[in-house]
Amino acid sequence: MRPWLAPVALIAVLCALAALLPAMAPLFSWVEPNTDSLIYTRDSFWFLLQSHIWLVLVSATIGTLVAVSAGIFVTRPAGRDFLPLVSQVASIGQTVPPVAVLALAVPAMGFGEKPTLLALVLYGLLPILRNTLAGLGGINPAVLESAKGMGMSSAQVLFKVELPLAGRVILAGIRTSVTINIATAAIGSTIGARTLGDPVIAGLVNGNTAYVVQGAILIGLLALATDSLFEAIERAWGRTFSI
Amino acid sequence: MIELKGVTRRFGDAVAVDNIDLTIETGEVCVLVGSSGCGKSTTLRMINRLLPRTSGEILVDGEDINKADPEALRLNMGYAIQSTGLFPHWTVARNIGVVPDLLKWPTHKRDERVSELLTLLGLDPATDAIKYPHQLSGGQAQRVGVARALAGDPNILLMDEPFGALDAITRENLQQEMLRIQRQLSKTTVFVTHDIDEALKLATRIAVMDQGRIIQHDTPEAILRRPASAFVENLIGKGDRGLKLLALRTVGDVMERYPRPRQSDPLTEGLKETDSLRAALSVMVWQNSDQLPVLSEAGDAVGTVKREQLLQGGV
Repeated sequence: MRPWLAPVALIAVLCALAALLPAMAPLFSWVEPNTDSLIYTRDSFWFLLQSHIWLVLVSATIGTLVAVSAGIFVTRPAGRDFLPLVSQVASIGQTVPPVAVLALAVPAMGFGEKPTLLALVLYGLLPILRNTLAGLGGINPAVLESAKGMGMSSAQVLFKVELPLAGRVILAGIRTSVTINIATAAIGSTIGARTLGDPVIAGLVNGNTAYVVQGAILIGLLALATDSLFEAIERAWGRTFSI
Repeated sequence: MIELKGVTRRFGDAVAVDNIDLTIETGEVCVLVGSSGCGKSTTLRMINRLLPRTSGEILVDGEDINKADPEALRLNMGYAIQSTGLFPHWTVARNIGVVPDLLKWPTHKRDERVSELLTLLGLDPATDAIKYPHQLSGGQAQRVGVARALAGDPNILLMDEPFGALDAITRENLQQEMLRIQRQLSKTTVFVTHDIDEALKLATRIAVMDQGRIIQHDTPEAILRRPASAFVENLIGKGDRGLKLLALRTVGDVMERYPRPRQSDPLTEGLKETDSLRAALSVMVWQNSDQLPVLSEAGDAVGTVKREQLLQGGV
């Protein structure tokens, strides 16, 4: 049970802060003594937190499905010709900054949630794809040879041997992708998505540091909580398959 | 029975296996021996269709293997390789049980089979079954690999240099185990090695391969006595050919047997019936004696063997 202690604690702190921040106005008067609007009130923090999580969750699910399937496809005999292409795209794509993806998505899809989702999916694909390729490619060829030699079908080799063995590396890729996207989603606020980036942007525009701090604290805590949640999952995976 | 008829395998322009014919009788151990790159592993991997053949026919019990479903074919052929290829995320028990699981045996039957095999290969069903492959020594891992190959009770056993990466003592032990297991189970076995001593020890018949062709296919004794070419002669080594011949026979073959076992002095050093003539000769030279008692497992003298008998045994 102990690996789950840290994520549960962090999630509890996150929820408590999202609910209690409005009551902590006196604290923020330290940061911003010259104004009365100390707490961001255009939306509740609860609503922004949910919307933020929803964006990341949807994009991570799509990204994981696409990247893992692509990774599996290019390591099968039928798709092996695409392997160099896909692994190159995966490396190059990582060098494009997410803001650029957002900027390019707006003319195509307008403002709001949709271009943000697209940017998050595209940006999140690459770490997962890279780790899927690394995980599947890192399996000892003798293990695959003997799995086949024992009489396993290709599907059995994939689900009984390859995915369990590569799982931890793939999970690490998803973890990187989700953590990056929690930060990237905040930038979505600049193009009209409702995220925890809203108070940050509003604070920057109005010169209100209290808003910036409130948004930043929640985003940071969300990233930390998610990261420690993934760490616990990775450990559980390791124990289940004893790798 | 496995029959290879005019089997060829090309990789691009290179010919790995060149039009070979080979018949392996039911229950015999056929050892493919040759230097690396001679096509012996390729031949083996064509038998369970891990590699497709370029041309020719491979028949198992008269049926062309290309007509069968490849998975079903492999489930009936135990397969053990040099690097073991044990599944690192599964326990020893689950590794051994993989083929029974694929064959959908009931759980209790599979579990019985697993502990039976652990015992057969000299592992402890209680403590070793729950270990993971990375917790095993090289020799133990290879034993598990052999157990896994035997688990589905296949008719055919394919072994690709299974003992090649082990130290000399462990290899010797496992070869003895192989002989013992083979006496119990008599599986049709195709065994690949580059070690001619291993081949002479384990084989019913040896197929010597070079550059994709079979140079000679015969019993160990015939290979030693009548090598077909200079290549085979080199492979078996001219220098200690006679000693290798002695190694093929055991003390039990030539000894003078007493009508009934006699009590013997517990301190006497003696030979065992299963010792090879070569080992026996070595003991005689070391002790400078003409004659040694042959002892049973219990330590009773069951017979005696003379130096002349040993030397004649090699002829």
